[in-house]
Amino acid sequence: MQAATFNPTQTSLVPRLLIGLAVALTLLIVVAPLVYIFARAFGEGWRVYAENLLNPATLHAVWLTTITALIVVPVNIAFGISAAWVVARFRFPGRSLLVTAIEIPFSISPIIAGICYLLLYGRQGLLGPWLADNDLQVMFALPGIVLVTMFVTAPFVAREVLPLMQAQGSDQEQAAVTLGASGWQVFRRVTLPNIKWALLYGAVLCTARAVGEFGGVSVVSGNIRGQTNTLPLHVELLFNDLNATGAFAAASVLTLLALVALVAKTVLEARKAR
Amino acid sequence: MIAAAAPIRAKRVLPGFTLSLGTTLLYLTVVILIPVLALILKGAEIGPARFWAIVTAPRAVAAFQVTITAAVIATVFNAVYGLLMAWVLVRYEFPGKRLLDALMDIPFALPTAVAGLSLTALFSANGWIGAWLEPQGISVVYTIWGIALAMAFTSVPFVVRTVQPVLEDLDPAYEQAARTLGASEVTIFTRVIFPQILPAWLAGCTIAFARSLGEFGAIVFIAGNLPMKTEIAALLAFIRLEEFDYNGASAIALVLLVFALVLLFVSNRLQAWAMRHKGV
Repeated sequence: MQAATFNPTQTSLVPRLLIGLAVALTLLIVVAPLVYIFARAFGEGWRVYAENLLNPATLHAVWLTTITALIVVPVNIAFGISAAWVVARFRFPGRSLLVTAIEIPFSISPIIAGICYLLLYGRQGLLGPWLADNDLQVMFALPGIVLVTMFVTAPFVAREVLPLMQAQGSDQEQAAVTLGASGWQVFRRVTLPNIKWALLYGAVLCTARAVGEFGGVSVVSGNIRGQTNTLPLHVELLFNDLNATGAFAAASVLTLLALVALVAKTVLEARKAR
Repeated sequence: MIAAAAPIRAKRVLPGFTLSLGTTLLYLTVVILIPVLALILKGAEIGPARFWAIVTAPRAVAAFQVTITAAVIATVFNAVYGLLMAWVLVRYEFPGKRLLDALMDIPFALPTAVAGLSLTALFSANGWIGAWLEPQGISVVYTIWGIALAMAFTSVPFVVRTVQPVLEDLDPAYEQAARTLGASEVTIFTRVIFPQILPAWLAGCTIAFARSLGEFGAIVFIAGNLPMKTEIAALLAFIRLEEFDYNGASAIALVLLVFALVLLFVSNRLQAWAMRHKGV
């Protein structure tokens, strides 16, 4: 760290101006929208807020979003560990291609992901006739919502765990194997304790993203009120119903979750750094 | 970097190669590759002539123009704001610095729909900021400026978080040498510091631009979504889907996909350049 404290000429006006400008812009662009959500959600008092939240459609949306996250996050953790293990611990042809493939969802708009899934599983899609014959509903139902959320969150755990495993090297794991530990024992006793903070960190980011996913889910969910409406979709629905206070109440739940995720992230970052 | 010998030895000793490779490939294939392939197949099925007709139709062209223009505005703003944030967070000590740092993660953490809702209400005529802007004759909501604002909000952390680590790792020796030789602060920034952070800054801006082109959730709230005026490409694809015009949706989605992959390639090259820069 070479802080500007070394620098006598800058202790005066310029830094103050720059800091002031940075703080002002952040207040305007980042903090104001955040505060405004709560201001509007509670704008008509606690009673209205509670009524809005306890509305059956809103509760159903909360439930659907929770279920989706509960399915997606554990699967994503398993995938992330498996991907990090194979990339960090082995050399094989196509390895760098694999890393690129894992990162693909980061650069693809969720809307495109949703369209991809519709073209595959929708009624006119490639698997559509087969799904219809077997009476399986993927689109406009929970499986579609889960699948598209898996797509957009795929890189989150892997990209946190992978660099750490690469940096740590495999000496400890090799020693354990040499001493006769089984693969499962190595993973549970050596690898997992080493990566646990990065893993949790990735899981927090994955959860936040899974809960907030909007574009992809809005394509595949069909937006059926009280059925396939996740919480972010429900926010839009209430907004379109001109029920702004209700929309802000639903949004305040998502905002609280995001803030919890941020605090967890900050704590885990500190742990990870140690 | 890890020595080449270790992984080769690891391949013999460590278990789980087949299992982890199998799981990873299966997941990637089912969740990512096959769906993307379905889109590409659909594009091939449409055929070049119809594809061209779809993406050059006036409404599609207008949507691409709106999207790109707003993304350029947002990226130019973020290029400055993001650089300023990175600079202030790395170079200065002041009370509340850690909080300001944490605030830069909010656009990542906050669901885009929530951001869109709040920005729309905030900048509309009866919102905190809109109430103050509208009398000056400045409309944000339902204009391209609103779209750019939503894009800027969701993508600014990409610039900050790409530039910040590079700025932190700069070798102070060059700066001190320049200072000893009598360079002014402005000269030191433009001639010594800026060239070193340029690759990372460009990479961050590229990622922010790519993200802006694909953004949807925040924009549908604030844009007003008027065809030919404030309708973005992602929304047009979405509308085509709702009309069961799968060809129309797929063609627009494919154009966005190609944009995204090209920008991914560019930002990877820029980041590789940034890494080399760091190594020197």
